[in-house]
Amino acid sequence: MRGPGFVALLLLAAALVFGAARLVDNPYAFFAGYVVLQYVVLATAWNILGGYTGYVNFGTAAFFALGAYTTVALHKLTSLPLPAMMLAGGIVSGAVGIGTGYLTLRLRGTYFSIATLAMAVVVQTLITNWSFVGGSRGAYVVRPAEVMGLDYVQYLFLLMLALAVIAIATARTIERARIGTGFAAIRDDEVAAEANGVPTLRLKLIATALSGGLMGMAGAPLPYYVTYLDPASGFSLSYAVNTIAMPLIGGTSSWVGPVIGAVLLGTLQQVASVTISSALSLLIVGLLLVGFVIAAPRGIIGWFGK
Amino acid sequence: MAASLEISGLEAGYGAVRVLHRISLRVGEGETVALLGTNGNGKSTLMKCIMGMLRPTAGTITAEIDGTRHALAGLSTEAIVDLGIAFVPEGRRLFPRLTVTENLLMGAFRPAARAEMRRNLAFCFEVFPRLAERRRQLAGSMSGGEQQMLALARALMSAPRLLLIDEPSVGLAPLLVSRTIDKIQEMKTGYGLSVLMAEQNFTQAIRIADRGYVIVHGEIAFAGDSAAALNDNALIRSFYLGA
Repeated sequence: MRGPGFVALLLLAAALVFGAARLVDNPYAFFAGYVVLQYVVLATAWNILGGYTGYVNFGTAAFFALGAYTTVALHKLTSLPLPAMMLAGGIVSGAVGIGTGYLTLRLRGTYFSIATLAMAVVVQTLITNWSFVGGSRGAYVVRPAEVMGLDYVQYLFLLMLALAVIAIATARTIERARIGTGFAAIRDDEVAAEANGVPTLRLKLIATALSGGLMGMAGAPLPYYVTYLDPASGFSLSYAVNTIAMPLIGGTSSWVGPVIGAVLLGTLQQVASVTISSALSLLIVGLLLVGFVIAAPRGIIGWFGK
Repeated sequence: MAASLEISGLEAGYGAVRVLHRISLRVGEGETVALLGTNGNGKSTLMKCIMGMLRPTAGTITAEIDGTRHALAGLSTEAIVDLGIAFVPEGRRLFPRLTVTENLLMGAFRPAARAEMRRNLAFCFEVFPRLAERRRQLAGSMSGGEQQMLALARALMSAPRLLLIDEPSVGLAPLLVSRTIDKIQEMKTGYGLSVLMAEQNFTQAIRIADRGYVIVHGEIAFAGDSAAALNDNALIRSFYLGA
């Protein structure tokens, strides 16, 4: 399918999702749906770097929280509309992505992963000690009741839905373009890719920028969603764990994998946290991950096709 | 149109370890030059320097391609490939999870190569009919000899003028080594290349080489201007024949 046709189909699917959520006579559908969509964006963004180029990023929480804290800062300084703040969050996290990439991409494999983990700790420490955005006490963001006649939570849901469409379309475009072939070459054998004239460093920087930027955009609406944000929740380890687990469970070789993984795992966690207990949701991730590594190492999409 | 390569006073190493000492050599237009030496003498290090994968500490590397001279030291690997210099790394380094055709198309990553992709692919399949038969097979599932053929063909897909080959014989049975060497010769004449080939297998390498250099402990120990001169050399006899 051609690019524009695919985007049209994605928009149609998004409209159906929104319509279905409106049909459910329970405002909680939008609260839960927002989180699932947020994970669709995060998992897709993670997969652009981790799945396509093979560089495993443990620092999702940092990129995500940087987007959220950009919103906190902008909320105090300006009265920009939320979509503009999301763009700003994307730019900040994308820039940090390039910076981290430039400093760490000469490291291969596990060493790169350790560096991203360290980066997350550094960023969290900086934010915790920055009192302007609330420091360790956290920050309150008062959200309006509605926007243009639309309930604000529904508005947040809609924004995240739009971002999910953008993220998926980006991932699929990369997959089908020459840049995607370059990413696959880096993943398969970086030395060989280099010997073939693939501009490895430049491609990896594009991947870290896009991946980090999308994560930042996903984090930007968070302060309006939770209305109270502190470093411990913004930088929660569960973001890093979930965004790695979702693509692995769904399958990393195509854009479909992270989406399936995020919808499946995200929904399961939301259901579990209302019906059983919220502490259980990370346990579910762990158990599923173990199960999938044993039974389906190439994820759910590995069961079909090549 | 062809290409030549000139290296002078090249020094390089890894950290405190110096591997190459004042290496000077030349690959003339349309020549096949063999870089001979046993393991650990610096052949691969020299190749990496030429390709910009390792930064030399001193010396110059100059390539003349289609009449233009380029200083290679300091350029990135992709810029060097872009000039028309292709590299077949030691141990083949294919993309094992991609098919034969996909591996070949990866070889044509540089912009100039994409224009000639169709013609080059046809040429590759003509020189290596085996690859045409297996075009849909995953590269990792082929035999060692076939993989070496694919590595050579992939390098050709970048439409090079100058081809560097690091140890084409490594891990291959004797019969396959001689077949690989024949194929290199066929590629070179069919495509009009200049070739620098690092090789341990002396007898096979000088079958197609116009000239050769023997590298010992990172220094050029002997430069032979013909295959005969290399054959008659006492140093080589002591190295390879233990006499």
